[in-house]
Order: sequence, then structure tokens, then C-alpha cells
Amino acid sequence: MQRTTMDLWVGLFVGVGIIALMILSLKVGNLNAYNPSQSYVITGNFENIGGLKVRAPVKSAGVVVGRVTDIQFSTQTYDALVTMSVDSRFTFPKDTFASILTSGLLGEQYVGLAAGGDEAVLKDGDKIMKTNSAMVLEELIGRFLFDKASESD
Amino acid sequence: MFRHLISSVRSIGHRTIDGIWRLGYASRFFVLVLLKSGTSLRRFNLVIRELYFTGVLSLIIIVVSGLFVGMVLGLQGFETLQKYGSESAVGTLVALSLVRELGPVVAALLFASRAGSAITAEIGLMKATEQLAAMGMMAVDPIARVVAPRFWSGVISMPLLAAIFSVMGVYGGYLVTVVFIGVDEGSYWSQMQSAVDFRFDILNGFIKSCFFGVAVTAIAVFEGYDATPTAEGVSGATTRTVVTSSLVILGLDFILTAFMFRGVS
Amino acid sequence: MPSETLIEAKGLSFSYDTRPILKGVDMTMQRGQVVAIMGGSGSGKTTLLRLISGAIRPTAGYVKFGGEVVHELDRDALFKLRRKMGMLFQFGALFTDLSVFDNVAFQMREHTDLPEPMIRDLVLMKLHAVGLRGAHHLMPNELSGGMARRVALARSIALDPMLIMYDEPFTGLDPISLSVIGNLIRRLTDALGMTSIVVTHDVQKSLKIVDYVYFIADGVIAAHGTPTEVKESVAPFVHQFVHGEEDGPVPFHYPAQTYRKDLNLEDSVV
Repeated sequence: MQRTTMDLWVGLFVGVGIIALMILSLKVGNLNAYNPSQSYVITGNFENIGGLKVRAPVKSAGVVVGRVTDIQFSTQTYDALVTMSVDSRFTFPKDTFASILTSGLLGEQYVGLAAGGDEAVLKDGDKIMKTNSAMVLEELIGRFLFDKASESD
Repeated sequence: MFRHLISSVRSIGHRTIDGIWRLGYASRFFVLVLLKSGTSLRRFNLVIRELYFTGVLSLIIIVVSGLFVGMVLGLQGFETLQKYGSESAVGTLVALSLVRELGPVVAALLFASRAGSAITAEIGLMKATEQLAAMGMMAVDPIARVVAPRFWSGVISMPLLAAIFSVMGVYGGYLVTVVFIGVDEGSYWSQMQSAVDFRFDILNGFIKSCFFGVAVTAIAVFEGYDATPTAEGVSGATTRTVVTSSLVILGLDFILTAFMFRGVS
Repeated sequence: MPSETLIEAKGLSFSYDTRPILKGVDMTMQRGQVVAIMGGSGSGKTTLLRLISGAIRPTAGYVKFGGEVVHELDRDALFKLRRKMGMLFQFGALFTDLSVFDNVAFQMREHTDLPEPMIRDLVLMKLHAVGLRGAHHLMPNELSGGMARRVALARSIALDPMLIMYDEPFTGLDPISLSVIGNLIRRLTDALGMTSIVVTHDVQKSLKIVDYVYFIADGVIAAHGTPTEVKESVAPFVHQFVHGEEDGPVPFHYPAQTYRKDLNLEDSVV
């Protein structure tokens, strides 16, 4: 085989391979939509995070605005300290309400942000004061049974 | 009876020593290939030539297999997810299984049987027909001139082939679920994009395929170089390349997965 | 002819594990000579070539090439030495993935920085010397056995070596190719002022072209001399070899216990 033909094929192969890598990163991995360099970090204390995991999405009105970057157990308050990184295109008022929600009945858990009415906005390193814990199924069932029992008394 | 026991213990010992000896020999060979890679990196034409044989000629099997694996994943995933009413998550399922596991692993298995065996057979035949000895007599080191370019071409083409495999699979899944079955196109992509993470999924898959590339080609060149220089020896070495590298790919995959995905979702 | 010693072997011995192949070989070869090394199959002829080229180390004794002891050289010096040697393998050992032209050009491209046009001229000259200038574009699998060996010969003289070793160059050739190769060896040796060592068991052909003959048997030099001396030799081994007799000092039978004993005849007699 001619050298030039071979070079051409190898060039095509490497080109296709690199395009494939780019498709994977951009189209499948959605690298361009969420860039951690342009984001700010906020934290929140939750009494119970349920099944929330690192890398879970942070959503507001159903739109992904950031990701959970870290989950720690706080020994001072005996609850969970969740660190989130939020895209700096989106700003939220100081009195934003953060709750841990579940997408669908069996879906993954995420942090939902509901904007409040404060003039001041959350800045890098701020803490969300108003949080709502995850619904834990066992607690729900327990409460439901307890209510039933007290009704029938 | 007693003598039987002794001899079977002895044969276990013999095999263990042989195995360890061979492993050490292979590792030494691997280091030697790395040390003598200077020539092939300086004269990159040598590697480009081999890229044609390892990369370009493996393209068809990778593209076709990727497409079909993606189509099957889409079909099966749809069937199962439909029961829970979450058929829109089929994109996530296809992409995650491909990017994390099936892409690197299946592409590496195909690569081992397509390119790995060819490398072994070629080097083995060169040895059997005294081409390697002739090269040594011309004061040209066969490891630098024959083995190293083939090794590097495999290391370069494996990650690219794995990426092509994954992309073909994602589009194969798209073809079946969106075009044929009618899952919503927007949710196919958006669910996939929200679930697939660049660093954890794509980068880790890429790293895996790099490891597989090194392992498969290292085994292939070693088996070729070490082959008994007869027709029988070369065919045996070719078989050993495919068997050993398949086992190594699967074992390595488990170890890498355990390291990469421990503790996250 | 300048009678300058190029190769000298003294007490050269080699054994695989404990099996001795060569047991103290002494020989000297002069510059410009064509020397034949003959002996039965498995008598250590090829081992001798490998010792001269430094591919293996002798267990005792030494080989000197141009005054240097081959097995004492380090890797770089050995590779430098090998550039002065060429070797023609039994079936040519052409690189099957390169064309005839690239095969001959191989060493020039690996070891020199000659510009491509000059390499082209040199390659065509070498191919012309073996009569295959017209075949430079062919691939090795398109060549006949004799042609492949001629190309290999052109390849081994690519860098004008001082010594060429031929490992069984006449095996499996038709009579015409055989003469062609034989005459080429003689002609190139004289024209380029090289030295040639021909390992062979083709007695009749090689006696016509060589200057000196060594016979190896059981790992030692059994006899040596010029072709005329060898032809007239009455030494039983040489006589057997030259005339191809079935039985003689090299026995027809592999050593064994007595025939009667092997067939269990001795017991039945009792």
C-alpha cells in the first residue's frame, strides 16, 4: 500500500476517534452546560438527607442549576452539612428555601431551591438558613400508623 | 498412592515456578520495550504505519459492534423501564452502561481478537522466518524497530476505538428508541446529559481504555516475540494472546472499577 | 591476495545446557577468501556462525574478528562490529512487509543519513550486482526462492561489509539458481574485497568456488584443506563426505544397544 494512502486513512481514523471523544464529552457528558469554574459555593444544614449523594443535581423550578459537591456530618449541630456548587449565572435571595426532594416515586434525590423574597442574594460561601429534610419513608409510615392508632382510640 | 500425592504437589510447584518465571520475563520484556521506545517516538512514521493495521483495520468491527450493542441496550432497556413508566430514562441507561463499562471492555475484547492476535502472529512469523535474527545481524534492535512501534500504535488506538464504540452505541440506542419506538428525543438526550458526569463517567472510561490498550498490546507483542519459531508455536501464541488478554481485560476492569466508582452513586 | 587474518578462533567451545555442540574449534580465515564449513546436519555449523557474529557467547575459547575478541565487546561495540558483517539466512529472511527496494535500503536508512536520491542509486547498484534491478518494486512473496536469496544477498552487501556469512545458501534451489548463487558469492567476494564463510553441505558446488574447506564433525574440526587437497584426501571421513557414502566414520545407525537385545532375541535364546 502507498504511504500516502496509509497516512490518509490513519489521519481519518485519529480524526474520527477525537471527534468521538468530543461527542462523548460534549453531547453525552454535557461538559459545556455545566462548568464548575464559573460557579459559587453555598452550604446548608439538613436534619436528614435521606439518600442524597455527592454529584446529585441542585434544581430550581425543575432546572438544574448546580450540583452537590460534598456531604459532611457536623459534630456541632449533629446534622448533615451539604455543600453545593451553583452556576454563577443564577443568583438566589438570602431567604431561599432548600429542600431534599425525590424525582418521581423511585427516582434519585436532589436539592430543590425555592426562591424567597429577600433583596440580598446568596454569595460564595453563604449558608442557607431555611432547609427542609428529606422525606424518609419509614418515618412517614410510622407517623401515618401512629395517627391511625390515635384516631381509633 | 503416596507417590501420586508427591508428584501432584510437585507438578503444582513446577507450574507455579514456571508461571512466576514467565511473568517476570514478561515484565522485563515490557520494561525493555519502554526503554527502547525512543526510536519509534522519534521516527513516528513507524508508528503511523502500525496505526493503520491496529486502528484503521479494526474500525469496521468496532463501529458495527458498537451500533448493535447500543441498539440491543436500547431495546432491552426500553422493555424493562417501560414497566416502571420511566422509558425516558433509556438514554441514561444506554449511555452509562456504554461509557463506564461496555465501551472500554467490549472494544478491548474485540481489539484483542482483531489487532492483538494479528500483532502476535506477525511478530511470531517474523521470528520464525528469521527476520528478527536478520535484523539483529544488521545491527538493528528488533525490539526498538519492530516491537515498540506496534506497542505504541496499540496504546494510541485503543482509547480512540473505545470512544468510537461508545458513540456508535449511543446513536444505536437513539436509533432504536427514538426513531423506531418513539421515545421523546429531548428526554433521551437530556436525561442522559443530566446523569452522565464528565469526570466520573467519561474520563474514567477513557482511563480504563488506556489501561486496556497497554495490557492487550503488551501481551500481544510479548507472545509474538516469545513464540516458538514454528507454525505450531505461532498459532499457539496467537491463541494465548486472545485468551490471556481477554482474562486480563476482565480482571483489570474489576480492579479499576472498584477503585474508580467506590463511594460514588 | 593479501594474506591478512580476519577471523581467528581458538579452542572455541559451546554447549547448550550440558550438551556440547562445539568442543575446541581452531580455525583462521584470511581476508579475501571464500571459506566453506562443511559437516553433517546438526554438527554445529550454524552455531559457529552465531559465535562469530556474537549472537551467543562461547563457553570456552574465543573468536577474534579483525583483532577484537567478539564476546568481550559490549552491546554498542558489538552492534558497531556487526555493521562490518553481513549474513545471508537459509531462506533469505527478507522483511515480508517491505518491498525488494526497501529491503535493500533498510540498513542504509537505519544506519546512515544519506539523502534519498543517493540511497536510490546505491540500492539499484546493489540490485544490479545480483541481476534483479528490474524487480525492485516487487514484494518478497512475489519472488522465487532463488530470487529471494539474491535479494537477501544484495541486502547483506548494502553497507559493503568485510565479511558475509552464508547459512546454507544452496538449500532447496534448482540447479540453475544454485549456480547463479554460487557464482555470485565468488564474484562479489572478489569484486568487493570481502571475506565469505559458506556453511553448506553441498559438496560439489562449493568445492568449485571456495578457497579453503573446514570439515566439522562431533564439534571438532575433522579435516581442512584446499579443495584440491580435499578431493584427493584419503582420510576416511572426508572421503565419505565428499563422495556421499552411506556408511563410514559417520555411521548410518544411531548409537544403540545391539539389535538382538533390542528385539528381545537374547532372552528367548536362553
